[in-house]
Amino acid sequence: MANIVLAAAEEAAPHAAQGATHESAGHGTVEHHGGGDFPPFDTNNFAPQLVWLALIFGLLYILMSRIALPRIGSILSERESRIESDLFASRELQAKAQAAAAEHDETLRATKAQAQDIGRAAQQQAASETASRRASEEAAFAKKVSEAEAKILAAKSEALSNVEAIATEAAGAILEKLTGARLAAETLQSEFRNIKAS
Amino acid sequence: MNPIEQFELQRIAPYFINGVDVSFTNSALYMLLAAFAAVLLTIGATSRRALVPGRGQALAEVLYEFVASTVRSTAGKEGMRFFPFVFTLFTFILMSNLIGLVPYTFSLSSQIVVTFAFAAFVITLVILYGLYRHGLGFLKLFVPHGVPAPVLVVLIPIEIISFLSRPVSLSVRLFANILAGHITLAVFGGFVVMLLGAGAWAALSPIPILAVVAMYALELLVNCLQAFVFAVLTCVYLNDAIHPGH
Repeated sequence: MANIVLAAAEEAAPHAAQGATHESAGHGTVEHHGGGDFPPFDTNNFAPQLVWLALIFGLLYILMSRIALPRIGSILSERESRIESDLFASRELQAKAQAAAAEHDETLRATKAQAQDIGRAAQQQAASETASRRASEEAAFAKKVSEAEAKILAAKSEALSNVEAIATEAAGAILEKLTGARLAAETLQSEFRNIKAS
Repeated sequence: MNPIEQFELQRIAPYFINGVDVSFTNSALYMLLAAFAAVLLTIGATSRRALVPGRGQALAEVLYEFVASTVRSTAGKEGMRFFPFVFTLFTFILMSNLIGLVPYTFSLSSQIVVTFAFAAFVITLVILYGLYRHGLGFLKLFVPHGVPAPVLVVLIPIEIISFLSRPVSLSVRLFANILAGHITLAVFGGFVVMLLGAGAWAALSPIPILAVVAMYALELLVNCLQAFVFAVLTCVYLNDAIHPGH
């Protein structure tokens, strides 16, 4: 509240003090006749401000329109075109990279297929080689086996004929021991054959 | 502690040509300062023409694009021929307002002759360009489209009065805002001194200090806003000169 009252009092003060202001302003001004009491309304203050304003604002306008604005405009448009061209270039590079990647993928796939073909062929070759070798080996083994079997058969028949002789001999010897009679080898052999045949 | 003292014109170098007072005053000094600040910002800061701008250049570019978009949106593409003028006007008023906010300085916009000179120039430009561009068709500005004839009898004088009052409202708006703001700041600053000299009342002195701080922030807004308003209204009026039909 106190502030508001004070503010009101102070607002009134300038009007009361305007005479004093006018006088104090008089020290600074060269000619001070007529016009308003309030400096911005003092007509004596108009001419010097207008003259200098026209001069300075005119000069500033020339500087702005001839130097500053074209320069800033060119900076902005240069940047814009630079960004645009960079974007364009990057888009182009990206497309190129994608094409290269696709090509690479294609190559990779082709190479893989080729490798698989080679592998399959090698496998087949190896398999057929193994099969033929196995067949030949097996044939060789079969031949050896049949030879060996023939040998065994021969040895067996030989051994069996020997067994006959030993058996007749042993039978003769046993008869002689038991009976004391000595039979001829031929008789024994024929008897043996009879027993065997029956 | 006189709040009006800050608006006084001091003749630094008194000079008369044929009886016309062309003295170099504190006002002219601050015009030079404002113009110098504008040049420093828009020419000095952009001298490197950097692709990646520094702080100063970025500020200049923001200012450029801000004013350019304002002109384009209010006065259309054709209004861009006035872009250098609006840019200079806005920058000059903004710089002088901001400089004027520094304590002990002089605020150009608190001089009605300065703001009125701008407003009168703008209106003269509008009238001259409108006549140059559309000839007498420019007078269509005062005839609202699609209004019956009897109403026009009343409406046309109103339109003319509203057009003629534009330079007054344009100049007084800026002048009064800046003047009132500076007076208020000075008055509240004066309270602090008064309270400090009033014995025990000095304890209350922080209150007006806080008020001054708060109002200073407000004034910062008002000073920038009024420069913008002045520029926008200039564009709006120029738009009338370019497209006079309603």
